[in-house]
Amino acid sequence: MDISLSHVEYRYQAKTPFERIAIQDVSIDIPSGTYMALIGHTGSGKSTVLQHLNALLQPTKGIVKIGDREIKSRQKNKSLKPVRQKVGIVFQFPEHQLFEETVEKDIIFGPMNFGVSEEEARKRARLALKHVGLGEEILTKSPFDLSGGQMRRVAIAGVLAMEPEVIVLDEPTAGLDPRGRKEIMDMFYSLHKERGLSTILVTHSMEDAARYADQIVIMQQGMVIKKGTPEEIFSDPIDLMKMGLDVPEVVRFQLMLEEKIGTHLGQIYLSIEELSMAVASLVSGGVRS
Amino acid sequence: MMENMLFGRYVPAESLLHRMDPRSKLLIIFFFVCIIFIANNGITYAFIAIYTFIMLTMSRIPARFLYKGLKPVIWLVIFTFLLQLFFTQQGTLLYRLGPVKIYEEGLKQGLFISLRFLFLILMTSLLTLTTTPIEITDGLESLLNPLKKVRFPVHEMALMMSIALRFIPTLMEETDKIMKAQMARGVEFSSGPLKERIKAVVPLLIPLFVSAFKRAEELAVAMEARGYRGGEGRTKYRQLSWKTADSLQLLVLIALTVLLMLFRS
Repeated sequence: MDISLSHVEYRYQAKTPFERIAIQDVSIDIPSGTYMALIGHTGSGKSTVLQHLNALLQPTKGIVKIGDREIKSRQKNKSLKPVRQKVGIVFQFPEHQLFEETVEKDIIFGPMNFGVSEEEARKRARLALKHVGLGEEILTKSPFDLSGGQMRRVAIAGVLAMEPEVIVLDEPTAGLDPRGRKEIMDMFYSLHKERGLSTILVTHSMEDAARYADQIVIMQQGMVIKKGTPEEIFSDPIDLMKMGLDVPEVVRFQLMLEEKIGTHLGQIYLSIEELSMAVASLVSGGVRS
Repeated sequence: MMENMLFGRYVPAESLLHRMDPRSKLLIIFFFVCIIFIANNGITYAFIAIYTFIMLTMSRIPARFLYKGLKPVIWLVIFTFLLQLFFTQQGTLLYRLGPVKIYEEGLKQGLFISLRFLFLILMTSLLTLTTTPIEITDGLESLLNPLKKVRFPVHEMALMMSIALRFIPTLMEETDKIMKAQMARGVEFSSGPLKERIKAVVPLLIPLFVSAFKRAEELAVAMEARGYRGGEGRTKYRQLSWKTADSLQLLVLIALTVLLMLFRS
């Protein structure tokens, strides 16, 4: 399912003394099957953009197209359920949304709201649990007895069980340990690869964006300031740094290395593996000459 | 949806009322609420109206904003007016339509009471519009200080109040966040049959309570870690200062009281 935002503006508390523009003139295309990373500092408006992706917010200007639904300003939006079922959002600290008595009930809550039968929902719950790396014995436990990391995974399972076509992730690994972080990110990546799930990752980690995304959008002060493939975005790392943005560690390392040895590698490498290969061939080439 | 609750919220501006000591503002409001009941005829109500109008202008709060804040309560004012209008049966009969009778006294009472109501709302909201919650609690604590003699826990009450006020926006934000998370999971809060909507409150309230308790615990630990041990000998960062303007404002109010006493019938 394609999603597109064209010239979207959103003002919080419009027409009050507290009015504040959160985003303006944001145009983003998310074709079906894309893995897009949305990057920006806190307050750059990325969370506001995210809430437009399944019509939780209605733009004050511009058009949001979700599949064949159009969401415009100043119109009544009825029956948004189909939209919300197709676009699943994993909010930041999703464990805060748990409320049921048992893990199973909480996971099937979403799907059942969208009219899935209980039996089918239970089946999905088991599958979703497997995806997030938890065992079935957890199903009967109270979500409030779990550890923080487990709660996070259960909450994510709750969204996966809705079987959305697009999944939106808002800093899904914030506060997790490095291992848990990698597991979760890899899990989303494999879902994206295997099922062609469109994925939108809101993050401020350039590392994650460089590693997983095939499109990157950078936001600053409510506006899109740069968009393109990771290669395009990071081809000019100096420019990024001038804008006060981070570049992945690999890129930083490459820049420093180039400066030290006084030669350029010809292109920017985005993963440690590629860079080490390039450096290795440079070194062996250097030895040979 | 939480964003529209503007009534009685502090609006920063540069005005005499904003700069006044919260204690004098609290006293003024307290006395105003008392003396408004002295007014009982056209002239005295006109005095009150002029006073309220001057105070509103002095606050430099945009009229559009005041109107927006009043909108939800205006129905209550109209309702009181109608109640008085139809159920007071004194004075001369003005109008009659079937069983509906409108008397002169009813019209008068309805007008006065709804006006009184309106002025009360305007003035009390003026207090919260021009004074930060923290100033109000500081002012209250200082005004209630004499009660310490009778072992009334003034400091604790003020602390509870300021904590409560401090966390209203936080809780609102949290409510908004959880609502959105549950909406993304297919809960409909604002449409659908009533029964469903009542049921929809559960996935909102439980997470809200859980996080409120967690937050309370964290706050308590953080306060203890920073050496908080009650109000005994505690000094204030914000010092209240009573200025000439404060005394003048009180004098104006006393003058108004005298005028009301003289002209009431």
